[in-house]
Amino acid sequence: MRITGAQLTVRLLERHGIRCVAGIPGGAILPIYDALSQSRAIRHVLARHEQGAGFIAHGMARATGRPAVCLASSGPGVTNLVTAVADAKLDSIPLIAITGQVPRALIGTDAFQEVDAYGLGISITKHNYLVGSARELLEVIPRAFEIAAEGRPGPVWIDIPKDVQNEAIEIDELPWPAARQQEATPLDEAALDAAAALINAAERPVLYLGGGVIHSLGAAALARRLAETASIPTTMTLMALGAIPADHPLSLGMLGMHGARYTNLTMEECDLLVAVGARFDDRATGKAAEFCPRAKIIHIDIDPSELSKIKQADVAIAADVGRALAALLPRIQRQPRSAWRARVVALKQEFPLAMPGADDPRTHYGIIRAVASCLDESAIITTDVGQHQMWAAQAYPVSRPRQWLTSGGLGTMGFGLPAAIGAALAEPERTVVCFTGDGSLLMNIQELATAADEELNVKVVVLDNNSLGLVHQQQELFYGKRFFASCYRAPTDFVAVARGFGVAALDLDRVADPLAALEEALAAPGPCLVRVSIAVHEKVFPMVAPGAANREMIGGLL
Amino acid sequence: MNAPAAAVRAGAPRTVLEITVHNHPGVMVHVCSLFSRRAYNVEGILCMPIGDGTLSRIWLLVNEDRRLEQLEKQLRKLEDVRAVQRHGATHEVFVRLEEFFR
Repeated sequence: MRITGAQLTVRLLERHGIRCVAGIPGGAILPIYDALSQSRAIRHVLARHEQGAGFIAHGMARATGRPAVCLASSGPGVTNLVTAVADAKLDSIPLIAITGQVPRALIGTDAFQEVDAYGLGISITKHNYLVGSARELLEVIPRAFEIAAEGRPGPVWIDIPKDVQNEAIEIDELPWPAARQQEATPLDEAALDAAAALINAAERPVLYLGGGVIHSLGAAALARRLAETASIPTTMTLMALGAIPADHPLSLGMLGMHGARYTNLTMEECDLLVAVGARFDDRATGKAAEFCPRAKIIHIDIDPSELSKIKQADVAIAADVGRALAALLPRIQRQPRSAWRARVVALKQEFPLAMPGADDPRTHYGIIRAVASCLDESAIITTDVGQHQMWAAQAYPVSRPRQWLTSGGLGTMGFGLPAAIGAALAEPERTVVCFTGDGSLLMNIQELATAADEELNVKVVVLDNNSLGLVHQQQELFYGKRFFASCYRAPTDFVAVARGFGVAALDLDRVADPLAALEEALAAPGPCLVRVSIAVHEKVFPMVAPGAANREMIGGLL
Repeated sequence: MNAPAAAVRAGAPRTVLEITVHNHPGVMVHVCSLFSRRAYNVEGILCMPIGDGTLSRIWLLVNEDRRLEQLEKQLRKLEDVRAVQRHGATHEVFVRLEEFFR
């Protein structure tokens, strides 16, 4: 059959199960958009900014675990995508970015809307391509899907010159997606035995789960079984929230910079740290040299370059964490570990997470808890980045994998709203709530128009302190209260702005019964925005100063 | 930026890496950017196609550094890298070239 590069691209996306893409057209990608207009299988969601399109794809990929696609044109389309692609690299998200490029003959001439997408992509992708001919697409696109999803997931960027999109070639048939290869390398049995021996002999072990436990299908349930079998208190990184339910008796919640006091104190006392799919990020470990100072370390990760990168492991296992946990479990002795569990309970009683105002929906913790009380575990929660993100991480009872979508590694303000749109597109039966702050929301607020376009079930909850709260907090605590560039002068009327985009809006400050109004807003179909004011002096506590050891927590005492 | 030759002559312990890669434009940048983004200087680079030209071999001369193990792991993760081998500093590939750099 005779087919153009553009048609081939669209047909291959269809064949890889893509049913929805987000993007913005422009000159250099118009052939692909023309081919896309003929697709009956793929729905296109028109974003208002390419970064929005990138994070909509994030939402689809993070909610489902499957690769998702975003499209943009050359030049500014490319540079606007950069942040979303980098975010996917740091959080190991299978994102496939497809961009148009100027025709091959013009590459390198500073043509209109030409930027070096290939060069820009190198350090922020798992792999990237500049496609040299239409025939190359037959290999590049199927391989891109494999690379994005296999091993440690990550973004793949495919830059396609316009003349390659227009080039017609003769092919016999479309390639089918490659069957997923079984992991060829056998598990390291000796290391598994050594790990089991350490776990069985430990008196005060802690299980430390990272995002890899979410990425590896079924791994969260196995991690929970390991915790329950061996009675191991379990902490989660920001990326792993939901791996075991927040209300599980063995859950220690999130660790690190804004972890509860009892959580970090438990880490301080542990004699064995079992790290699974976690990479010892500095926000989790604090000063790495003083992290879990009394503990031996077992480190299981699919990426060998993560093992012993920050902390030397006593036992290191390079494997899919689900596969490793399944092989480890039969070697683990059931034991109650009563003394250690009693010690953790005592620490929790003495140093619990303090949530002042949690019963009042018009406070920072109260709004998070009130939203949770209106929803069940089918809801998806996205966040932006800042104080609201940490309050939500501390206070929202996340109870299943992929319920919690947040920008962890890159910490991108502006992530939350488009990610919520993507999650709602991928799982339309669920309610999706985006917790955001005024600073973060303003970074991609234009996507309210996309949510209105698509009539998506996205609820944006804005904790509005008219400032960059976490910057303000650091200036107060660590910069002698020299507040600078952290407070806005003119307040934004988010309710009016939302209505201007055609989105229903509610100001919790102006209703008599905030809980009832919130419940009604969350239950109504379609997008809405709920705004609540938060005092600028409210802080995320406890807090470990950047670079300090986790035992040196500030605030958060009852 | 032009200090490295002096560093080499100052006798910092060196290592030679032999990297087998797919032969296409951009592979060198993928490999070298792993070093440059870590502010890890590459002292010498050689690259030529091998066999039928679908693969190339890159030889890198680098200073011994405790980050080298992490870099080797990162190199192995690159889609276009097929194999990585570490050799001692006395490997003849760069020794023989020295006369061209006098």
